[in-house]
Amino acid sequence: MIGPMKQDNPPNSAKQQTPQGNTALKVDNLSVVFDVKGKPVTILSDITFSVERGETLGIIGESGCGKSMTALALMRMIPSPPGRIAGGEVNLNSENLLEVTKKRMSAVRGKEISMIFQEPMTSLNPVYTVGNQLVETIRRHKTVSATEAQEEAVELLRIVQIPAPEKRIKEYPHQLSGGMRQRIMIAMALVCNPKVLIADEPTTALDVTVQAQIFDLLKDIQQKNGTSIILITHDFGAVSEMADRVLVMYAGFKIEEGTLDEIRNHAAHPYTQGLLRSMPELSTDHDAFRTPLPEIPGSVPDLINRQPGCPFGPRCPSATAKCHEMPPMVDLGANRSVMCWLAVEEGAA
Amino acid sequence: MSDTSTESRDAESVIYHVSNLKVQFKLKRPNLFTPHPILHAVDGVSFEIQRGKTLGLVGESGCGKSTTGLALLGLVEPSQGELLFNGIDVRSISRQDMIPMRRKMQVVFQDPYSSLNPRQTAGEIVMDPLIIHNVGTQSERQARVAELFKMVGLRPSQQELYPHQFSGGQRQRICIARALALNPEFIVCDEPVSALDVAIQAQILNLLCRLQDELNLTYLFISHDLAVIQHVCDEIAVMYLGCIVEKTNRANLFRSPRHPYTRALLSAVLQNKNRQINRIKLEGDIPNPINKPSGCRFRTRCQYAQKICSEVEPALEEKSTGHWEACHFDTASPQQETA
Repeated sequence: MIGPMKQDNPPNSAKQQTPQGNTALKVDNLSVVFDVKGKPVTILSDITFSVERGETLGIIGESGCGKSMTALALMRMIPSPPGRIAGGEVNLNSENLLEVTKKRMSAVRGKEISMIFQEPMTSLNPVYTVGNQLVETIRRHKTVSATEAQEEAVELLRIVQIPAPEKRIKEYPHQLSGGMRQRIMIAMALVCNPKVLIADEPTTALDVTVQAQIFDLLKDIQQKNGTSIILITHDFGAVSEMADRVLVMYAGFKIEEGTLDEIRNHAAHPYTQGLLRSMPELSTDHDAFRTPLPEIPGSVPDLINRQPGCPFGPRCPSATAKCHEMPPMVDLGANRSVMCWLAVEEGAA
Repeated sequence: MSDTSTESRDAESVIYHVSNLKVQFKLKRPNLFTPHPILHAVDGVSFEIQRGKTLGLVGESGCGKSTTGLALLGLVEPSQGELLFNGIDVRSISRQDMIPMRRKMQVVFQDPYSSLNPRQTAGEIVMDPLIIHNVGTQSERQARVAELFKMVGLRPSQQELYPHQFSGGQRQRICIARALALNPEFIVCDEPVSALDVAIQAQILNLLCRLQDELNLTYLFISHDLAVIQHVCDEIAVMYLGCIVEKTNRANLFRSPRHPYTRALLSAVLQNKNRQINRIKLEGDIPNPINKPSGCRFRTRCQYAQKICSEVEPALEEKSTGHWEACHFDTASPQQETA
């Protein structure tokens, strides 16, 4: 393994807010604003969540709901201008990543928190060999000689189960298949054995059989190193496969949070319910053939001309007059919350 | 829905008959003195599509499913094989005669962002096929476009808008409206929902199913997503590296899949409801279609591979009624023993 696993946070930190020291990453009221033609547009509104050590948090939502933007904000990689982080805190190791210097941030990136992107071809440099790029990353974060880094790179490729790593390390990204490239990306993200690994749609560009391989690899790594994974996806199947807890996003809001079982079987928000119902699934019920899938009418709202009230209101089957006002976040227990007026009424009743 | 295997397959009910279709692409030669490498994209595929039904082609990327679809539409030149559309050999007829045939066959592509001309309005896009095939007068065409918009669930007032003003799902509706403009009998749906959000996928799948019932359409439905395939297809052919490895009706395929590849593919599908525990793991990637493995093309990733698999290529045989499989062994039934 590369380096020993980092031990727990120093308990003497003043900023540590969580009672249990097992939290790897804590995000509070994270907001991101983009300036579109001089007008501020809120892309993320008060996102709050935490990730425990060794846990996988799935973030699910449709395209444009802000799930990738959340990941970029955590890494402080929002393109700026036009984007800016308007507020909030991202606490990792009892330091607020939104307040640290740029220099410190670039040390944190890759070392404490790293990211795997969706399209492995565009995130690798086509004019350098795989080995070159891995060695660069290793030497960026560790003071090792080039030969040591080379050896470490081969070892990393072995960890991500690339056959004949000594040979592969000399190849260019275009010589590798999509699955292999994604393994290289994972190897690169693992260089410093980060505490938090953000996987932004890691398997969307891959075939199903390869997708299964990549998920197995991620689980393997998590088990060995105790890494926390934030899995960003639009596919509930992937969430169901990997995640312990799930966060559902819609139009820049966190609308529901809960454990996998709670979301899967007892979804409280009408959007989550609709999303789950509308997905075609392999069923053993062969008579279900061609029965119309329950659909969510309409499409995702326009963030630029946001209407007041619940963002899902216009598409919601159970919307009432009250939904013209913004619903509050209702706490339903530990790490279980939903943003809906229905839950408010249920709680009152 | 009865099992189609027992139905009579007379010529009337078959809309497209494909036998031994081969499509090869000549690649750039690495140097002047070597022959052109040949990519066998589709390597001897045979099937029939029943009128009013949906045939699903499923497989991983690079297995030749899209090329098969294009060959059926006459958009790529096959190097071998017989293609009978309504009993007419589309390979032997002239370009001139092909034009009226094209009215009967249309296509919906995967990516609604790149398959619409950004400089045309939605109305112009849908009207284009009518103009090309010289159908009706200007006012008749306009009425037809308005009717098509309504049919696919768009407002006729949206005709004036340009593609970038629509969402992904709406764009796919425009593509479907364009495909329907000439009253086709047969539509190739090439991954029609893969580029769409999950909530929108359901809308488009429902639309395709409804249109099929209303207009008695026949679909060739190409997808890599078995859940989508199960939802819409009557018959399914599983492709691997240019060949069909298993072909049967929906119930058979999902109830008792035979080929090791089909079973691996099925077990790799992520389920919403439960986590797969005994997943069949496939090692490695699809081999290169330029130098494919000798014998059975799946043998490099197959857990049951024996000596014979590298020597003899298994033929697609009817192993049980209506259930075709290309494998030397019967790996499906003794599954428990080998596992």
